[in-house]
Amino acid sequence: MCLGIPGKVVEIEKNVAKVDVGGLLRDISLDLCPDVSIGEYVLIHTGFAIQKVDEKEAEETLEFLKEMVEAT
Amino acid sequence: MKFIDEFRDKEIAEALVHRIQRTSTRPIQLMEVCGTHTVSIFRYGIRGILPEQIRLISGPGCPVCVTPNQDIDLAIALSRQSDVIIVTFGDMMRVPGSTSSLQKEKAEGRDIRIIYSSLEALNIAKEHPEKRVVFLAIGFETTSPTIAVAILRAKEENLHNLFVLNSQKRVPPALVALLQSQRVKIDGLILPGHVSTIIGTNPYQFIAKQFGRPAVVTGFEPLDILQGIWMLVKQIEENRAVVEIQYRRIVREEGNPIALRKIDEVFDKDESRWRGLGLIPDTGYRFKESYKEMDVRNFDVEVEVPKEHPDCLCGEVLQGIRSPLECRLFKKVCHPENPIGPCMVSIEGTCHTYYKFS
Repeated sequence: MCLGIPGKVVEIEKNVAKVDVGGLLRDISLDLCPDVSIGEYVLIHTGFAIQKVDEKEAEETLEFLKEMVEAT
Repeated sequence: MKFIDEFRDKEIAEALVHRIQRTSTRPIQLMEVCGTHTVSIFRYGIRGILPEQIRLISGPGCPVCVTPNQDIDLAIALSRQSDVIIVTFGDMMRVPGSTSSLQKEKAEGRDIRIIYSSLEALNIAKEHPEKRVVFLAIGFETTSPTIAVAILRAKEENLHNLFVLNSQKRVPPALVALLQSQRVKIDGLILPGHVSTIIGTNPYQFIAKQFGRPAVVTGFEPLDILQGIWMLVKQIEENRAVVEIQYRRIVREEGNPIALRKIDEVFDKDESRWRGLGLIPDTGYRFKESYKEMDVRNFDVEVEVPKEHPDCLCGEVLQGIRSPLECRLFKKVCHPENPIGPCMVSIEGTCHTYYKFS
């Protein structure tokens, strides 16, 4: 029920974005996450973007984990 | 897919398991609050790769499962009124009420429609001005702002035929009840990533401060879950108890303030009834004065007296007190084709997950 999936914003018209989710384009409401730009990723829940994906944080998490592998 | 595939890397997963093994020195029980976590944990076999002394137990985080029979019976009673269209998220269709289900009622010819997004409820109401459209609004804080947006729009657009059966739930006060009850030993909490996307980490501080338990807001991919568990094990071994975020690419400390404001515009906190846990203060919402006319609880409708199957353990499974394997109905009478309780219906229900993966 609380499923969320990331997708890439490819077009914005007023408060609706076309979001590429695994190759499928879907219309997603930006009512809850208005401050997004084309090319950014958002987390989608029941047709709404509920948060921007922070790409820098994602990279840092992966970087940290990869360093951990090297240190293991 | 980006932000998913990278977090399924086998080599990193093995290294994380190794770290967990090296760090863990004592038997502990961690509760994954969210049903989406339970599904991921089973799908990726995480229980099987953890050291034996780390036990994961499933919590109450499935909105379908915690919806009490009273609300399902009310939806069923409303569906029998000839001028009503019920709109609902798909998972609710097969949940057994006291004597029927929405799916059975639909087969009997009632107008019951499945929606994917709350905004579809608005469209159906616009297309059928002659009908009363009742939105069966279930969900945790992840979903509540989307429901609030639909309600705000209905008001803006002067739509007078959209009504809401409000059965939404708030997670943190339910965790207070769970920790207070002490019916199950919980050494640390894997907190729900998407509820926390909306509410942030402030509402959970009591877990560390009042109950002295560590808690980590965790994502849903295998590396997320393993890292979250590692963070919890480290806190426990170091005798620390704080609320941390593992799922940093999505969750901010402050949550999503815009979404929180939408909820606040429409709802006030209220007590709410949970299956298994009973009536818990502050775990639900009531309409603010200006939106009260949308509340179906004002409707004059006769609802049957609720009853549950006497042997169904769903209520205890939701609290982590019993495992589905202890239920005498499990797999014998109760299975996904013939669910006796909601925990077998929802794809995130603990019984459904056990059935599918064990």
